Amino acid sequence: MNRLLILFAATLAFTAQAVELNQVVPAKSQITFVSKQMGVPVNGGFKKFAAQIILDPAKPEAGKASVDVDLASIDAGSSDADTEVKGKGWLNIAAFPKASFVSSSVKPLVGDRYEAHGQLTVKGVSRDTVILFSVRNDAGGAWLEGGFALPRLQFKIGEGMWSDTSTVADEVQVKFKLFLTTKK
Amino acid sequence: MIRYNKVSIALHWLIGLMIFCAFPLGLYMADLPLSPQKLQYYSWHKWAGVSIFFLVMIRILWRTWHKPPPPVTMPNWQRLAAEAVHYLLYACMVIVPLSGWLMSSAKGFQTVWFGVLPLPDLLDKNKELGETLEEVHELLNWGMLGLVVAHVGAAFEHQFIKKDGLIGRMNPFAK
Repeated sequence: MNRLLILFAATLAFTAQAVELNQVVPAKSQITFVSKQMGVPVNGGFKKFAAQIILDPAKPEAGKASVDVDLASIDAGSSDADTEVKGKGWLNIAAFPKASFVSSSVKPLVGDRYEAHGQLTVKGVSRDTVILFSVRNDAGGAWLEGGFALPRLQFKIGEGMWSDTSTVADEVQVKFKLFLTTKK
Repeated sequence: MIRYNKVSIALHWLIGLMIFCAFPLGLYMADLPLSPQKLQYYSWHKWAGVSIFFLVMIRILWRTWHKPPPPVTMPNWQRLAAEAVHYLLYACMVIVPLSGWLMSSAKGFQTVWFGVLPLPDLLDKNKELGETLEEVHELLNWGMLGLVVAHVGAAFEHQFIKKDGLIGRMNPFAK
């Protein structure tokens, strides 16, 4: 009886493996953010990032993600801001060219919504971070959509005169929309 | 001397004072290196612009229903010139803030009045259009400065050369 169960479980696991999504399609995916300057929401984003994600839409809580963002590819809303945020007081990309997120666990919430727990590392600072996301099946794969609020001062993003949160708010809303498919 | 009505006088000086502040601020802030101060100046300038725009709307409506006092005696061409400058100044007071608003939209920076009331973006973000509108905003401002110089110059000419007391029509302190 036990053997049968193991066999059954193994078959299930195999079937699940077959539909596992493991390839992010960069052309369809985006990582964006909204910063608030003097109460004005300003849109930005990253043109280059590498995301290794394994997700079984039938069992997202077994998913794993490791995302590297190329900070030099930032669009901070204007060319002035792009130059400024690459500098030492902000992201210091000469010393810290990448930001990363590595998941440790995924918990199901309600419906198609989940939360990923993991380590976010920016500018040499690592912090436990929770990212809310949803999974939506679509032809050829699934959409992963979500985001989190990044408290920029905890990561020393915007030091010195820029640490004044009445001009640039502490919370930066990071959002992502990734299309996942299966590697052929 | 028959004066303008009190509301017209108040709006004239209030809007004039606000333009007198917003204009040099705009000129000064544009070339500053990026800093929190610069972001503040931009916001203040935009708040002032939106405020001026709304006040001008009220002013135009008020003016539509309240005729100005009869002009003082002057040659016909001067009366026409004065009238033309008045119309052009009204046009500037409407178009200058509007061009700033459009420019902000095109540059991807929404206008949020006093950091509280978001104004709709009339244009999508477009770098080239944003830069063009910046030029337009600046040119319109220089044009408006020229008109203001003519307006103030003429008022002084009436006051100090002709001594016909024309400025009294706009005197906010007279009883």
